[in-house]
Amino acid sequence: MNIKQISVFIENKEGRLKKALETLGNAGINIRALSIADTTKFGIIRLIVSDNEKAKQQLQKDNFIVKETDVIVVEIPDKPNGLSIILDLLDKGEINLEYLYAFTSNKTEQAIVVIKLEDVEKGIKYLEEGNATLLSQEDIDNL
Amino acid sequence: METMNIDDKKEHQLKLLQETVKKAYENVPFYKKKFDEIGVKPEDIKELKDIEKLPFTTKTDLRESYPFGMFAVNEEEIVEIHTTSGTTGKPTVSGYTERDIEIWGEVIARAITMADGTKKDIIQNCYGYGLFTGGLGIHHGGYKLGATVIPISAGNTNRQIEILKDFQSTILTCTPSYAMYLAEVLEKEGIEKEDINLKSGIFGAEMWTEEMREELERKLGIIALNIYGLTEVIGPGVATECKIKKGLHISDDHFYPEIINSKTKKTLDEGQKGELVLTTITREGMPVIRFRTKDITSITWEKCECGRTTPRMSRVTGRTDDMLKIRGVIVFPSQIERALLKIDGLSPNYQIIVTRPGNLDEIEVKVEATESLFSDEMKEMEEIEKNIALQIHKEIGIRVDVSLVESESLPRSEGKAVRVVDHRKFD
Repeated sequence: MNIKQISVFIENKEGRLKKALETLGNAGINIRALSIADTTKFGIIRLIVSDNEKAKQQLQKDNFIVKETDVIVVEIPDKPNGLSIILDLLDKGEINLEYLYAFTSNKTEQAIVVIKLEDVEKGIKYLEEGNATLLSQEDIDNL
Repeated sequence: METMNIDDKKEHQLKLLQETVKKAYENVPFYKKKFDEIGVKPEDIKELKDIEKLPFTTKTDLRESYPFGMFAVNEEEIVEIHTTSGTTGKPTVSGYTERDIEIWGEVIARAITMADGTKKDIIQNCYGYGLFTGGLGIHHGGYKLGATVIPISAGNTNRQIEILKDFQSTILTCTPSYAMYLAEVLEKEGIEKEDINLKSGIFGAEMWTEEMREELERKLGIIALNIYGLTEVIGPGVATECKIKKGLHISDDHFYPEIINSKTKKTLDEGQKGELVLTTITREGMPVIRFRTKDITSITWEKCECGRTTPRMSRVTGRTDDMLKIRGVIVFPSQIERALLKIDGLSPNYQIIVTRPGNLDEIEVKVEATESLFSDEMKEMEEIEKNIALQIHKEIGIRVDVSLVESESLPRSEGKAVRVVDHRKFD
């Protein structure tokens, strides 16, 4: 079950992250998860949000460069070694992991991990076979 | 006029030049002073070649005469005023009499005709209206021809697109970088070139390349033609490109061109590359004599395949003051633009920043990122920066530091992009 993640290009300079987040806030968009990758010059904000279409539209209107990417979102036990179980499954399938970031929700005991894989379809297959809990967009909206 | 026999034209030009020089000498104290300083009199102009005896006029001269010191007629004769943007200092002012406006309209009407324009056409004029010469210049030209001009001015892209679709405009006039932006937005919104009715575009006010022309023609389904001019001389319309696309026809029945070596100030022969120098030979309000444009080009007098006998200047490839010397190597911004256009999906919006942190020049090229090349993966983004740096290196032979910046973040002035920022101190 793949989830759409929104990525935003920002320059590494004062106020740009705030501006992007304000754009989303003003449009009433809730951010479920966020991670930032950065160099000294620019950054990429990766976001899981409540309304992708609207988020994309508003950001583009404010001249941000936006892209949607397929990722998977997995629930893992919030305890030591929780993540290793998932990584083992991917290892078995020899699936390359591009990046991941984690967040927690107060509605569940589990930790939640957003994973970008080189081969999303294959990843889903291996994770499902390994009985991992993949979340749907609806699950995420209800967190 | 455009197909006049060259000998007849020379005779005609000489007469006009003599009149202009006389009027300038008698009515503009600046010219009298300059002529007297080197001991030249209007009567010394006996043949066209004698123009070389006259002193040059520079942008600084015009600035020092700010605001109305260069006018050769009473202020009551002036019907319109334009100025440069003043990005490099005090703006320079240009004053027009009724006849000057007519001439301006005439030369721009030639440009529109070259772009297949007739009185039946609808011109969407997105050059800025106001003190900038682009907007009203095209407007006067369209009016002269009897075409329909939509004075939409610059900016408000959504409105531009709505009008393009609803009014079915046939000719687009704007800066090439804005045309490129419009094309990108059309593409993004899924509007095909068949949904609009453009057949040609007249683009100018900034330097652009053949690669950019091809891209504009393909994306918009048009013939893209170049127009050249400068506020000090009249505005756009000094030279205009025909569909043969082998240089811009200079309206030399109004503007007499020379090419000089900008260092030695000697006049160069046909075909040699140098600085363009222009003299207005019909202008009443503000005649300019041997104005140094700082634009680098070459001129051919060979008859064009289109039948016109007017001299043609090559696409301006640089400016004498745009020319950068980086670690001793001459670099023109247009070279960097050419490199950028080789990369698919890249916008030609860039800025060159030159610094000298120690004793060595450093050059940073900022390029606006675009949706089509943006990736959520760091390594791909870094790969893109590396590729841009490589293409530029191939073009100019110098390693540069490339930074991707957000779209629409580089400064623009009146639709013209500010391409070079030089932080080096040479004094």
